[in-house]
Amino acid sequence: MSDTSVLHPVSSAAAPADALRFYVPDEHHPQNGTLLGFWLYLMSDCLIFACLFAVHGVVGRSYAAGPSGADLFDLPLVAVNTSMLLLSSITYGFAMLEMQKNRLRATLIWLGITGLFGAVFIGLELYEFIHLIHEGAVPQRSAFLSSFFTLVGTHGLHVTFGIIWLVTLMVQAGRHGLIPENRRRLMCLSMFWHFLDVVWIGVFTFVYLMGVLP
Amino acid sequence: MSTHTDTLAHAGHRGHGDDGHHHDHDDGAGHGSFSGYLTGFVLSVILTAIPFWLVMGDVLGDSGTTALVILGFAAVQIVVHMVYFLHLNTRSEGGWIMLALIFTLVLVVITLSGSLWVMFHLNTNMMPMPHDMMSMP
Repeated sequence: MSDTSVLHPVSSAAAPADALRFYVPDEHHPQNGTLLGFWLYLMSDCLIFACLFAVHGVVGRSYAAGPSGADLFDLPLVAVNTSMLLLSSITYGFAMLEMQKNRLRATLIWLGITGLFGAVFIGLELYEFIHLIHEGAVPQRSAFLSSFFTLVGTHGLHVTFGIIWLVTLMVQAGRHGLIPENRRRLMCLSMFWHFLDVVWIGVFTFVYLMGVLP
Repeated sequence: MSTHTDTLAHAGHRGHGDDGHHHDHDDGAGHGSFSGYLTGFVLSVILTAIPFWLVMGDVLGDSGTTALVILGFAAVQIVVHMVYFLHLNTRSEGGWIMLALIFTLVLVVITLSGSLWVMFHLNTNMMPMPHDMMSMP
């Protein structure tokens, strides 16, 4: 009884809502669960790539008397491809900076440049695949080529869908402007795009560079 | 009595801090700056160019050493991308982003090292194949 009488003046001084909450659990609930949820999706995607990398690590030297990485890989082309993806990463970053400044036109221009770099990346990768297939280095040739096409192809498929998503968002942003929904979507695509660049670091190191080592 | 007052003051303070955090969260969702992106880009270019130069120029001679060195460069570049492009830190989304990342990394390390270790030993313990069978597709 005396306790309440002591407490009353204090609680009336404080905000009435949290007057008698003696223990406030300091748990911070994310305001917008979308980014965390999307991050969890990216982590599950990361596991897919980890499995494909593990497969390539196991069978990457099983040539079945077929061509090896040293015979097939054109490292200058891979270097150009890598720089395309890296450039697209930083142009996406510039698009995000323009989005923060609320400049729709500049955002769309940088997104367009990002999409172009991505398209060049996919084009070069398809050119490489077609070249390999013409040389007879088809996925059925050896375990090495099966896992190579699966791993690099899965990454390329991700980039392709990223470009489709990018174009969709450009249309959305062009029609409705930089509304909160579009900002959230662009944030998600930003994480996706940078994540694909991270995976590509693993691909060019583990598959291409280590593949040509004797 | 003094304990109660302290608790209430604490709670009030917490509420206030939380508000500030929410506000920060709403407009700071983008984070990242021009110089940050540029730093990340320059570091990535350097960390990409060196492995390509090491392999294409056959600088180190020994392929085992080269492989270890370029894997090291890849690991550093992945961290650079995480920090400068993905803006990861221990505080984003209340630490859950970092927790999910650490959990995934543990799984990735188990998957990769476990597969390579087991399959390498299976390969070495395999019966040697006759030579003419090796050339069959």
